[in-house]
Amino acid sequence: MWAMILKEFLELRRDRRTMAMIIALPLVLLVVFGYAANFRVSDVPTYVYGPQAEQTAAALKAPYDVTKVDPSGDADDAREALRSRDAGAVVVTQPGAGPATVMIDGSNLFSAQAAASAALASGGALKPNVLFNPQLKTSWVMVPALIGMIMAFIGTIITAIGLVRERQAGTLEQLAVMPFKASDVIVGKIAPYFVLAAVDMILVTVLGCLLFGVPFTGSVAVLALGSALFLFTVLGIGVLISSFSQNQGQAMQMALLTLMPQILLSGMIFPLEAMAAGVRWIGYLFPLTYFNLISNGVMLRDAPIDSLVMPLAVLAGMAVVVFTAAVLRFRRDLAPAAPKGTGKTPAGTARVPASAGEAR
Amino acid sequence: MTPAVPGSGNATQNWGAREVTVAFGATTALDAVSLAAVPGQVAAVVGGDGAGKTTLLRTLVGRIRPQSGRVEAPATADCGFMPTGASGVWQDLTVAENLAFVAAAYHLAGPAYDQRRAHLLRTAGLDHAEDRLAGALSGGMRQKLAFCLAILHEPKLLVLDEPSTGVDPVSRVDLWRLISRAAADGTAVVMATTYLDEAERASTCLVLDQGHALAMGAPADILARTPGTVTTGDRPAGRPELSWRRGHATRSWHPGPPGPGEQAVAPDMEDAVIAFTFADRTPETTA
Repeated sequence: MWAMILKEFLELRRDRRTMAMIIALPLVLLVVFGYAANFRVSDVPTYVYGPQAEQTAAALKAPYDVTKVDPSGDADDAREALRSRDAGAVVVTQPGAGPATVMIDGSNLFSAQAAASAALASGGALKPNVLFNPQLKTSWVMVPALIGMIMAFIGTIITAIGLVRERQAGTLEQLAVMPFKASDVIVGKIAPYFVLAAVDMILVTVLGCLLFGVPFTGSVAVLALGSALFLFTVLGIGVLISSFSQNQGQAMQMALLTLMPQILLSGMIFPLEAMAAGVRWIGYLFPLTYFNLISNGVMLRDAPIDSLVMPLAVLAGMAVVVFTAAVLRFRRDLAPAAPKGTGKTPAGTARVPASAGEAR
Repeated sequence: MTPAVPGSGNATQNWGAREVTVAFGATTALDAVSLAAVPGQVAAVVGGDGAGKTTLLRTLVGRIRPQSGRVEAPATADCGFMPTGASGVWQDLTVAENLAFVAAAYHLAGPAYDQRRAHLLRTAGLDHAEDRLAGALSGGMRQKLAFCLAILHEPKLLVLDEPSTGVDPVSRVDLWRLISRAAADGTAVVMATTYLDEAERASTCLVLDQGHALAMGAPADILARTPGTVTTGDRPAGRPELSWRRGHATRSWHPGPPGPGEQAVAPDMEDAVIAFTFADRTPETTA
């Protein structure tokens, strides 16, 4: 038995990645998620519109965080501010006495719950009106986020495993000696996963709408664009993971390491605005965070395109950076092994064609 | 014991490696190794584990860039490579799908391709296994499929890494039939093998040990140049570490002539390779 235990420790010691996970991961998880796991939103960005805006704004208490006061604003302006997610709540005051209406963005669930609760506790001074998700259904908010999560799973895990399987089986070596360009191999390997993930995305969206009654109020084209950019990014992450993995177990391990924090820190489960600032910025590094903004905005709020430019641009940037890095890494795998310590063909080396051949 | 320079005096030699050196960190995997790949002939590369056989073959097909030396090879589309252990086979595809994929990669189609495909499958004994997954084939059948994939496009240079290792004797016969046919059709075949009886069938044989060439030439020439003397008996003669079992007998290698009462034998390729290795590893014995 001791021999078995010793052998296991020896193997573990040489599997540095697993050792790092065993030792470092619990500490990171404890610290990061300890600060991230918070459903209570204490600040809701709030606009105050209407003739009584100044007085009402002065009287508003937490969680309402007044960021704009505009006596000339009306209910239509309020709706637009909420659609663009410039504000989480807009208080629209009426001339004379009477309760003001708090228009609340129901697509931001926890923020909306905080704002609605505060309105109900105001003793009639504020009358809540929840837009985009009037019954504050969790499923309405979760389905758009789940679309991204499913695409991330398919795109990252399946791509990474598919590529590593080719390397592990030795067939990647075979592809490298066949008359394929590196781009043929890369596109040929990735295109099926792109198509499958896109089909999955459509299925989940349609089923989500049919089964849970989630509305689709916005532009299909904008969601398609966001999905394509997001897919390129997660597929690129999958390719990158495959280039760092020797076997499918390692690929799965690394894929889960990138997916778990995305799911927990992208705002899908815990609201970003409720996270400690030190943890929240991590969420802004993940593509799922930006896809969630797009899918939520398009499906629930019919968000105007200019309000989605930022997440679309960030996703486009991520897609370019990640995909370029992934392609470069993959090309390196297909290129001939160079002698260690030299980055180029050493002096005196030649690989030349015969009379009927070509240099390679 | 200096190996012959490949290609010297042979005007038809087109491809091969000349004075190729490959190093991985501090380890020299190949040290100025040369090998000629002549159309219509089979060149065998033999040697023990870590001798550099696979490194040489991978260098020939362009998968390793040497530190120095010269590699001459036809274009990628005219090279065929069968990696060791039939790892060039897509196990989740059927036999037919494997062939179709490789045919598409080399743009093979039409009646000529159909004829070639049918011929290869029949010769390899795979014509009744077209719909079987490659992963479900026996080891020998998978090796033969890997060979068919490597030769499907009729390459000018065919590089085979231990094609018959782990294959049953009957499948080895089938594989050799395929290899001989390829060479007869004008392909330059380079193969690594651990079976020295196979090496004796080759036109040229390169003996490698720890990255450097111990001998190269026709098998008969190599046998004739075997260093020292090989003797046979029922127990080791001389130093035990220079003896090895052959069936029920014990062979011994002597750097010089046999001792009194020792029976010298004409070495076969196995004896010769061991003798070259002993002579190289124990230079004091040849001094």
